[in-house]
Amino acid sequence: MKRSDAATRWGLLGYFLKGSLALFLCGIAANFLGTLLGALIPQVISVTIDSVIGREELSSRNGWIVEVLGGREYLAGHMWLLAVLIASLALSIALFHYLRLYFNTRANQTMVRRMRDSLLSHIRRLPMSWHRAHRTGDVIQRCTSDVNTVSNFVSGQLVTLFRILILAAVSVVMMFLMNPTLAAVAASFVPVLIAVSYLFDRKMKRRFRECDEQEAVLSAIAQENFSGVRVVKAFGAERRERDKFERQNTYYTGLWVRIEKFLALYWTASDLFVSLQLMLIIVLGSVFCVRGELSPGDLVAFISYNTMLMDPVRQLGRIISNLSKAGVSIDRISEIMNAVEERQGGGELLTGDIVFDNVSFSYGDGKNALENISFTLPEGETLGIVGATGSGKSTLVALLAALYPPSSGTVTVGGQDISALPPSLVRSQIGLVLQEGHLFSRTVGENIALAAEDAGADEVREAAKIACVDENIHSFAKGYDTLVGERGVTLSGGQKQRVAIARTLLRHTPYLIFDDSLSAVDSDTDAAIRANLKEFCKGATTVIVSHRVTTVMHADNILVMDGGRIIERGTHEALLAAGGMYRKIYDVQMSLPEELAKEVRNG
Amino acid sequence: MADALPKKKLRMFGLGKLRPFVKNYKGLFASMIAATFLSGLLQTVLPLFQRYAINTFIEGETLEGIGIFALVYAVCIALIAVVDYIASYGCCKIEMFILRDMRRASFDHLQRLSVSYYNRNGVGKIHARVMSDTEAISSVVSWDVHTGVWNAVYALSAVVVMFLLHPLLALLVVAVIPLVALVSAYFTGKLTKIGRQVREINAEITGDFNEGISGAETAKTLCVEKKLDGDFYRKTRAMHRASVKQGHYRALFTSVVSFAAYLALALVLWYGGAITAADLAFLGTLTVFMNFAQGLMQPVQWAVDALSDLISVKVNIERFTALLETESDIQERREVVEKYGDEFCQKRENWEKLHGEVAFDDVTFRYPDGEEDVLEHFSLTVPQGALVAIVGETGAGKSTIVNLVCRFFDPTKGRVLIDGRDARERSASWLHANIGYVLQTPHLFSGTLRENLAYGREDATDGEIWEAVRRVHAESIVERLGGLDAAIGEGELSVGEKQLLTLARAILADPALFILDEATSSVDSLTEARIQSAIETVLAGRTSFVIAHRLSTVRNADVILVMDGGKIAERGTHASLLAAKGLYYELYVRQFREERERSLASP
Repeated sequence: MKRSDAATRWGLLGYFLKGSLALFLCGIAANFLGTLLGALIPQVISVTIDSVIGREELSSRNGWIVEVLGGREYLAGHMWLLAVLIASLALSIALFHYLRLYFNTRANQTMVRRMRDSLLSHIRRLPMSWHRAHRTGDVIQRCTSDVNTVSNFVSGQLVTLFRILILAAVSVVMMFLMNPTLAAVAASFVPVLIAVSYLFDRKMKRRFRECDEQEAVLSAIAQENFSGVRVVKAFGAERRERDKFERQNTYYTGLWVRIEKFLALYWTASDLFVSLQLMLIIVLGSVFCVRGELSPGDLVAFISYNTMLMDPVRQLGRIISNLSKAGVSIDRISEIMNAVEERQGGGELLTGDIVFDNVSFSYGDGKNALENISFTLPEGETLGIVGATGSGKSTLVALLAALYPPSSGTVTVGGQDISALPPSLVRSQIGLVLQEGHLFSRTVGENIALAAEDAGADEVREAAKIACVDENIHSFAKGYDTLVGERGVTLSGGQKQRVAIARTLLRHTPYLIFDDSLSAVDSDTDAAIRANLKEFCKGATTVIVSHRVTTVMHADNILVMDGGRIIERGTHEALLAAGGMYRKIYDVQMSLPEELAKEVRNG
Repeated sequence: MADALPKKKLRMFGLGKLRPFVKNYKGLFASMIAATFLSGLLQTVLPLFQRYAINTFIEGETLEGIGIFALVYAVCIALIAVVDYIASYGCCKIEMFILRDMRRASFDHLQRLSVSYYNRNGVGKIHARVMSDTEAISSVVSWDVHTGVWNAVYALSAVVVMFLLHPLLALLVVAVIPLVALVSAYFTGKLTKIGRQVREINAEITGDFNEGISGAETAKTLCVEKKLDGDFYRKTRAMHRASVKQGHYRALFTSVVSFAAYLALALVLWYGGAITAADLAFLGTLTVFMNFAQGLMQPVQWAVDALSDLISVKVNIERFTALLETESDIQERREVVEKYGDEFCQKRENWEKLHGEVAFDDVTFRYPDGEEDVLEHFSLTVPQGALVAIVGETGAGKSTIVNLVCRFFDPTKGRVLIDGRDARERSASWLHANIGYVLQTPHLFSGTLRENLAYGREDATDGEIWEAVRRVHAESIVERLGGLDAAIGEGELSVGEKQLLTLARAILADPALFILDEATSSVDSLTEARIQSAIETVLAGRTSFVIAHRLSTVRNADVILVMDGGKIAERGTHASLLAAKGLYYELYVRQFREERERSLASP
């Protein structure tokens, strides 16, 4: 989305409302029309009681209903006509009622869909630095419950607010038309009711929050007890745990019961208030009727309008006091939406040598993960990188795949600075296999073909064969159609890595990077895959990162990394001859058996 | 017989099983239901006041007695307020008390269940049993009962009043009720089904958010953002479709009910109008009927709602009672409980000192849910102070021996001897009080450092606590957090630091028997050195069982058990097992290599 749209809360809301605003307005219009028709029914009843059944003169306000249907004499003999009138009014009211709810749901769902779609697609395009800085749980919270809060605000609170205002306006107008004095008496209760419910709700909010917090504490005690059951048992602390839980359980219950005492009192009092108002209207209305200032039919109609007014008004205070909640949620969502996406777009394909020129990089924690890295990887050659965990190997290749921009220095491919290109363009040319790549919850076959949608089943299998995982997949009950993840099969670490390799091979990129992506595979399979790759990757420029010397020893050139720096470089033979770190690693990995044999002899 | 019928019905909804929880609140229930009953009854009386006003004052054209009328009316309203208060406050108390009791009962019961129950069911599910199922049940047995009773009483009483006033006219209104009930039942069923579908899609969407965030790096490296977006949009479209369908049925439902109310009104006006035309004195009664015609349909709908809630809570009741009916895998003999007490009531005065000799005497063991014996005729004597190391791959069954020593399970055949006596001759609590247990994933409870460190010995003095902290070299951690009274917050401690603190906790408890599950997670080398020395301190002089990952620990062991595929594959000392060149040899070589490589890297 455009940055300017998201500048304010209302701006963001407007962006999300695109495509649903018209639907919301349709719902409000249907609500208005339905309310107007509903206001007609008491008038029909009033004129029936007064002039069809009774002997009152037809009034200008509702006499026309009788005239249209054939006059009082005719109707007195054909009462069913009035029933049909009410029934047909009821049918139209039901239709508008339906339309109001339907439009509102549709509008709301359209908005929610737009929010979800734009959020997730935006999140996917945010740079890795953003992802590192945000916890998954928190982001999900924003994408789910905050989205719900906003949708409730629009389709619940705002729309209900409109509905109540329409109902109140229509009924108050009708009441004033019939008897201004009585209407004034009736309406005078309204502000009091709203004010009281608003104040009460604001007061209760703090207590509700306290209750929520105390329930969270209770829940945490249970959670900790269950997940730490071994500790509890091993220390024989069952009794103490029970007491701890019970104390909080009792406290929480007491808290709620105290709150509910207030709540019950409030509900009862507001019921009482509304009933008293109705009583006053009946008593005063009777007085007016006896004095001839109000007809009996109008009194009955008046009471209907009064109910129409008072019922919704009781909710108004709560709605007003809840309005502020949505603001916080919108802010939390806009924090995501305001983050700047990676640049998108295409460009010329990459060819040529990869050059790191004095590259340093920090994740922003004050330490340099890479320091002054410089090397050249000629096109078509293979580079090996070895080093211990935390030596900067993975960071180096992440920079090459444009997952992060260098803090200083440049990474160029064929002379082009890759941080000047759209990252997605760079990645479309550089196939990076992560050490712990994510497998998506779909079938194995779909996972392999994920990045190459037009690949046929044969190609998928071919890729799986090169990655030595075809046989494993065939051993699953459903073969390539086996679901991966929670709902399906759990793959072992080595299987996951090989599937990840297969799906990258299928992309046929000119540059290939394997970031320790065989670490969980046993050495024999490792060797087999490397042999297959040698054939397959002919002509591709390749980087192989590994902690195993055997994996990188055949590379054209090898970098040894430690503490974010390149400490040695050269071919396998040269490095061995130099007798540095590489030699030590090699010795540890290759010469272990002799050392152990010694231990066995001594042991 | 008259008594048997309602009981059977209760059983139908699974409510019968809740009797122990309801039993204690008979009085509350009685007063709540009585008040609800009265409230529903009185509510149907209110329209009669309107009738009286029209008949007496308006038709009689007099205001005589209106003062008394108002008084009686007001008293009636006040009475309603009082019973409403009693009903809703009573309802809340019932809800909260039953909730508290159910949570207490399930939590207490869980403290008695053995660890195997937790392994089988998972913490998340158990937590839901105790926190959410109880909530659903208690809300239904209080509020839904209240709503159901009120609406049923109101509807019945209204029908009775109408029949008393004019049977034929009453019949017309009542004829509409079954229609509403049928429509409600139809739509409620339909909506439940769509509701489930919507929840399922919603879960998928949340899953996609999760995957979109945690799999962002993979998506970037594969350049599949667009494709994943497309798949996600398909799901949000399906969600939109299903939700709109849901909204459509909901709108149709309420429209039909509101139409039914107006239909009843039209019928009343048609037939009642004709009666009134002939006899004007009927006008008051006519208004009563118009009132009920419109007021009767909603209660019918609500009563159906309450019924469907009652049906759907059956699942929660089943899950909850299943938990209470689960029996522990460890059953203490009666005489043992008599002498040594149980979890909650420990008779420590009768407890013998534990010296620390452990022996397996021809033990055969199969997990309660297992298909085969994992131990067969296993015998092993561990003298006081000896160290047993258990090694093997992840999932090789390393915890089986520990589970038996800790008496989380009893052997299927054979005996586990503690100080020469069958473990079952003394209570599990006695054994647990003498065991120190440090987990691979260190578990700390929320609360202060002091509470956590003294978890196994509540009466420890500050001096003793500090001594324990010093022995594991964790002073700097405690000081950094701000002393023993500092609360432990989430994320403040690294895994390594937590391990040190749990070791201090174990030292403070000074157990004769020590169980340690060494962590595999990598920690920085300084912490690693501290942990190693702390472990040596803890193990010195105690009989210990260690699930080992560190070579230093394994080399010092008196006996090594090598686990594979759930069974003991090899046993012996370090030297003898190395010489055998079997599974242990392989494991050792790999471990050796990894430790060596780690030691090559700069700190």
